[in-house]
Amino acid sequence: MSTAQPAAPDQRPLAWRDFALLAAGLAIVIAPHALRAPWWLTLLTAALIGWRGAAIAHRSLLPSSWPLLAIVVLGMLGVWLEYRAIFGRTPGIMLLVMFGGLKMLESRSQRDAAAVVFLTWFLAITNFLYTQSIPTALGMLAAVATTVAALVGLAAPRRAPRANLRTASLLIGQAVPAALVLFLLFPRVQGPLWGLPQDAYSALSGLSDSMAPGNLSQLTLSDAIAFRVDFTGEAPARRNLYWRGPVLWDFDGRTWRVGSPGLADLPEPKNGQRVEYSVMLEPHNRNWLFALETAELLPPRARYLDDGQIISPQPIRARMRYDMVSRVEADPVADEDAPSLARALRLPQGFNPRARALAERWRASSAGDRQVLARAIEHFRGERLQYTTEPRLLGRDSVDEFLFDSREGFCEHFSSAFVFLMRAAGVPARVITGYQGGDMNPVDGRFTVRQSDAHAWSEVYLVGRGWTRVDPTALSVPRRLDEGLARSVAAAAALPLILRPEMEWLRSLRYNWEALTHQWNLLVLGYNPERQRELMSWLGMRDADWLELASTLLAALGAFVLLLFAWMLRRFVRPDPVQAAWRQFCRKLGARGVTRAPHEGPRDYAERAARMLPSAQEPIRRVAALYIALRYGPAASTQTQSVVQLRRMVKDLSFG
Amino acid sequence: MAPLADARARLTAWWTGTGAPPRSENGGGAIVLGHRRVYIMPSRLGLFFGAALLILLVGSINYALSLGFALTFLLTGMGLAGMVQTTRNLAQLQVRAARVEPVFAGESARFRLVLDNAAQYDRPEILLRHLDSAVQCRTDVAAGALAEAELAVPAARRGWLPLGRVMLETRFPIGLFRAWSYVRPESRCLVYPRPEPGALPPPAPSSQAGGARAHAQGSDDFSGLRAYQPADSPRHVAWKSAARSDDMLTKQFAGEAVAELWLDMAGLPASLGVEARLSRLAGWVLAAERGGALYGLRLGGTELAPGRGDSHRAACLEALALYEGGIP
Repeated sequence: MSTAQPAAPDQRPLAWRDFALLAAGLAIVIAPHALRAPWWLTLLTAALIGWRGAAIAHRSLLPSSWPLLAIVVLGMLGVWLEYRAIFGRTPGIMLLVMFGGLKMLESRSQRDAAAVVFLTWFLAITNFLYTQSIPTALGMLAAVATTVAALVGLAAPRRAPRANLRTASLLIGQAVPAALVLFLLFPRVQGPLWGLPQDAYSALSGLSDSMAPGNLSQLTLSDAIAFRVDFTGEAPARRNLYWRGPVLWDFDGRTWRVGSPGLADLPEPKNGQRVEYSVMLEPHNRNWLFALETAELLPPRARYLDDGQIISPQPIRARMRYDMVSRVEADPVADEDAPSLARALRLPQGFNPRARALAERWRASSAGDRQVLARAIEHFRGERLQYTTEPRLLGRDSVDEFLFDSREGFCEHFSSAFVFLMRAAGVPARVITGYQGGDMNPVDGRFTVRQSDAHAWSEVYLVGRGWTRVDPTALSVPRRLDEGLARSVAAAAALPLILRPEMEWLRSLRYNWEALTHQWNLLVLGYNPERQRELMSWLGMRDADWLELASTLLAALGAFVLLLFAWMLRRFVRPDPVQAAWRQFCRKLGARGVTRAPHEGPRDYAERAARMLPSAQEPIRRVAALYIALRYGPAASTQTQSVVQLRRMVKDLSFG
Repeated sequence: MAPLADARARLTAWWTGTGAPPRSENGGGAIVLGHRRVYIMPSRLGLFFGAALLILLVGSINYALSLGFALTFLLTGMGLAGMVQTTRNLAQLQVRAARVEPVFAGESARFRLVLDNAAQYDRPEILLRHLDSAVQCRTDVAAGALAEAELAVPAARRGWLPLGRVMLETRFPIGLFRAWSYVRPESRCLVYPRPEPGALPPPAPSSQAGGARAHAQGSDDFSGLRAYQPADSPRHVAWKSAARSDDMLTKQFAGEAVAELWLDMAGLPASLGVEARLSRLAGWVLAAERGGALYGLRLGGTELAPGRGDSHRAACLEALALYEGGIP
């Protein structure tokens, strides 16, 4: 282009209405971060935006670059003091929040305003790092709509704001089909592309690889969802829903830790009830995959460890769906190697003398392991130990204090004490953590397993039988299994609000919301490379590679643009109504055998038709005369009325 | 089968732009910006927009953010829709040149373009740029309405000033794309010579150069009718005949004493040069008209009989503007 650039419209100073839209968009995307940000940062950002508004309202001067630079330096220093980092995920986002306010403040021209719009989009996407729930999605959609309205306002500063809003909503409405096509067909790759900051997944909660008194009961106060389950057939009884997770072997007197199991082939479980189901696992930043005991099948790419854990090669950092088959109440696995059995007997010296003494009494008075186990079960049933989510803090000899002093505890206390007693009595035992039970949603029939369903139980090795599950909590508090946590503890105890029995209506609302959320998770958030492959093979492209995906995508997008273009210009290709009526007239006569010859003018044609169809000669002549007048007469005769009349005459033409 | 073939033919005609003109009753000289004549490219802001999308996409992939993808793709779709709408803002717009009033050299020729929007949507923020002079103006065309845009092109020299190529440009609605098209409306402006103020030559009794002759005309004896000129006194208008027909006539009376002035190029010293002499003559025409004199013009071979009034003045100035002959 040899021509000079026009006096750029982006030199126009920012108007009040532009500011309002930009600030609104920025506020929407910053609001969720404000909960996480240090108070001074939220305040600073709000002040920067407010300053800009005041500068417009009072036409006062904007700050020069020196105070701005000072704010930048101080802000970065503050973030560093707060997080001891500048480049981590959270500090990075905090800096972005501050830059949003700064850019807003120093926006003098339209181009700066566009930079604010881009920053708003970046901030919108950072919100999804924390939550991708439906409300967040709606909020960010509102932010995008606001920024698009701002862009339209910047491009048409003299147009009525209402008209600009209409244009913006039209733009977004037209964007939806293209977005859908891109969402479904854009070749998905499994991230990440590079290493993520250390704190990238710190917000995720779930079971850990160790268990100390108190940390499991803390977890159960959260009603965050651990995973959802969709049973293909009838769901097993609630008391059999043991979702197996980490297996804990090593005890140091206070904390149980995972052992060092090796990879193994999945043994085939015998007998029991076969259950098919699929699990939608929430990200928990660990490798465990949860399955009903006892698994018969592994999810794709999953590994099986010889103590019965199923793990994924990578930590679960995105919602994951897998299909499973299990056998409920299957026979235990029989074999175990000697080193593992030795490990399952190890206890730290000098802890819990009273429990040791009890175990040794059992051993002395019993003929074998089975009889020791029977004595222990009897003990737990008879001792009237209390179940509570708020156990007292225990001291050094936690097992002794639980069994003989406080006599109340959570499942971690029960299982820990039981396994300790078993090992002290010479019976190999280990602690299993996972989840027990789950809530069936009556709306869609799915099970929801929450962090509050976290549970710990025990396994005891019996010669000739193998690892046998014993749930000491269930022995003492049988209601725990059948009715769940809520009815097993006293009413006043701290429970998630939703689990309290009196909140029936709230629960029904919650069920509906969760059914919706589940669909959202499944269809929107759970759309991954595998779902994409399934979709493509459903569309008839088996094993589509990225090239096929990309070409399909481009074709679909090209079609979208063309269709949109044709639709928007459609009223210009509509044929002339006069011509259309005349064509219909010719078709009608043609159907009676009078076809117009290409050389025939309207007058000759009408005369011939009138001769051949004498019954309709009058109307035929009238149509031709009006057509000729409309087509070739002076422009003044082209009146809507005449066109309507012509159309009606052609329509009414009959050959009686 | 026939309707399908018909539809296909229409589609082909639409796509190649060979179809019938979109509206049959166009005024003469209207130019329709067919969609094939509208070019579109991302603006500088659009390039930044593309970069921002890329960053959003990489972030979404890296953190496996489903909603990040959704946001990125929604913005991409918004960009595509914006591209189509930017094209639409110009496509099928009709451009017609309106009449241009003559100007004097040194002034600006006020070219007026009528933008005719037959569509149901409004077309805001259309920038018209005159390519030769980089003069530009902005206008909005409401749905189904006309809008007039004025390009004040500097007129440096006398004669015909053709408008030449005009670029129509728009970035509406999102500013991420720039659509443009070129038109060359049939429009030209007559530029009179720059008038040089100066004293009128004295009236001369003979028909000599630069002279004036007194006619024995008075207001006593009615001598006939002539066409009305705006400068004529209302008392002399033939109102009776005006009531009968559309033409206004002025009564002429013998004995009216009016000076008749001849403005002759040959009477000016050749040392002035052609343009300076034309400027002087133009100044005289204006002064004579102001003074209410009857004046005639001699330019080399052409001679305009004495008269007065706006049309006579315009004829004289046009002759000066278009003078091409050599100097005797």
